[in-house]
Amino acid sequence: MAHEETVYEALSNAHDDEGHWAFGTGFDEPLAGVDTTVPDGIDPADLGAYCLMLGDDALVLAQRLTQWITNAPELEEEVAIGNIGLDLLGQARLLLARAGSVGVLGRSRELATDSIPDEDALAYFRDADEFRNTALVEAPNGDFARTMIRLLVAASVRLAVFVRLRDSRDPVLAAIAAKGVKELTYHRDHAARWVLRLGDGTEESHRRAQDGVDAVWPLLGDLFTATDVETRLTAAGVAVDPADVRAEVREVLSQVLERATLRMPDWPADAPPRGRLGEHGPELAELLDTLQGLARQHPAATW
Amino acid sequence: MSAPTLERPAPDEAALQEQFDATIAADHRIEPRDWMPEGYRKTLIRQVAQHAHSEIIGMQPEGDWLLAAPSLRRKSVLLAKVQDEAGHGLYLYSAAETLGADRADLTDKLIEGKQKYSSIFNYPTLSYADVGVIGWLVDGAAICNQVPLCRSSYGPYARAMIRVCKEESFHQRQGYELLMTMMRGTPEQRAMVQDAVERWWWPTLMMFGPPDEHSPNTAQSMAWGIKRHTNDELRQKFVDMSVPQAEVLGVTLPDPELEFDPETGHYRFGQLDWEEFKRVVGGQGPMNEIRLARRRAARDDNAWVTEAATAYAEKHAEHEGAVA
Repeated sequence: MAHEETVYEALSNAHDDEGHWAFGTGFDEPLAGVDTTVPDGIDPADLGAYCLMLGDDALVLAQRLTQWITNAPELEEEVAIGNIGLDLLGQARLLLARAGSVGVLGRSRELATDSIPDEDALAYFRDADEFRNTALVEAPNGDFARTMIRLLVAASVRLAVFVRLRDSRDPVLAAIAAKGVKELTYHRDHAARWVLRLGDGTEESHRRAQDGVDAVWPLLGDLFTATDVETRLTAAGVAVDPADVRAEVREVLSQVLERATLRMPDWPADAPPRGRLGEHGPELAELLDTLQGLARQHPAATW
Repeated sequence: MSAPTLERPAPDEAALQEQFDATIAADHRIEPRDWMPEGYRKTLIRQVAQHAHSEIIGMQPEGDWLLAAPSLRRKSVLLAKVQDEAGHGLYLYSAAETLGADRADLTDKLIEGKQKYSSIFNYPTLSYADVGVIGWLVDGAAICNQVPLCRSSYGPYARAMIRVCKEESFHQRQGYELLMTMMRGTPEQRAMVQDAVERWWWPTLMMFGPPDEHSPNTAQSMAWGIKRHTNDELRQKFVDMSVPQAEVLGVTLPDPELEFDPETGHYRFGQLDWEEFKRVVGGQGPMNEIRLARRRAARDDNAWVTEAATAYAEKHAEHEGAVA
């Protein structure tokens, strides 16, 4: 009885004070209260560009995973994919806000009104050629097996990078990485468990998992090639050279695939980091059309 | 599914019934291992399953905006909400399983149209304001319906509802806050909110079910303590609560007959279109087919995933057995 009365009361008190009623739902700036000064010897433009690379990977992969919501194999999986998507969105918001805080906003700031925060200006008002994500995350989901193989690869690479980034000379990036490591450990574990079940499940699931591996593997070619920005920032103690995580990622993937009774294809030759430089396939433009359409239709609106 | 009643000797039935009646009369909880009349069990399974189905189908109308949410913060809030609904579906299916039902079987019944879900989810979400209006009005109505169920005579259902209601209350605030923000925005945003309110108001009032004189199961369900107020009582409570909120928001509810009656202390409101209600419940709503088709596709297209998980678990259980 008491519980019933309290809940009703909370609702009917609404009209007294709208601010109070909406308690806990106000806008939270991802970097509110954080000192965003750039340490000496670090080029802010490089730092911002690097944050876009890491932020765009998270944003695009979150969007891909979200496509599974209401379509997942089990309700438990709806919840798990929701968790992973929320973690990645959180990482994207922090990284895009960090890019904005050092003034790296590309053309987005000209298109978005001032009331739109940097994270949204960057997410909603850049075109595909300004996105810095890899081809791995923008590829369509395919079936559930391919989705989990891609997640396994993406989470393994990102985890290896974030573990090292905890020591970055940029304290903001180091803090974002420290938070992300816990999340990514879970993402990698979740994907690995599915790869085991699917690889070593039924004949059909094994075939689909192997097809998924074969489809995803060519996308590994450009993951471990540094851009000039990454090379300079690595020398400055800010970023991680992706080539330095190649061996570790390869070891993780080969262990999981072997236990899953899946064949690991030949490792692709290193390729130029096209996605990091803004070269993308038509799939990204399509994904961005959906993501950005409403926000761009109402550039003067705040949500 | 096997009903425990069948495993017990019949002669005790009268004594068991007496004990059950005493528990209900004392407003105590019936628990899964307790004896219960078959009618009570069946009615509860139907009610809890319908509620679980509503949570799961209810992910779709708002889920349709997940990919296009207009800010990253709104996208996160909406994803968390849709995820909560999946969680609610899980608790509720679990509560139904304590009564001997099986989740996969209930899902099949939903997809085959043998069990219903709330008719509100058969309307489309045409603009982003719909996300806010669903939070404010639809979740608000759900709370009015569900808060009394925290005192349901069936323990597992009552406990699930306490958790569900807390989360629904948070969703309602988030929805209202989105509408407030939009109302302070551009003229287009304000028009979106007004339009959404006009489309959702009447269907929301129908969420409380048919008028009391046409609700044949109400009396029995109230006697069993699995329903605590009549449909019309709850509908009135919701109207009384929502009108002042609409005023603060600055929207006009689409009912010219809406008026405060100082004598009763309640708002009078216009007639609901019960023909439309029957059509939508009967499967002729704008989105019925699409909602069920998507649920069916999620089950059928991914059946191989569930089969693989089962096969893997069996294989590895065997291996462990062999080692031991």
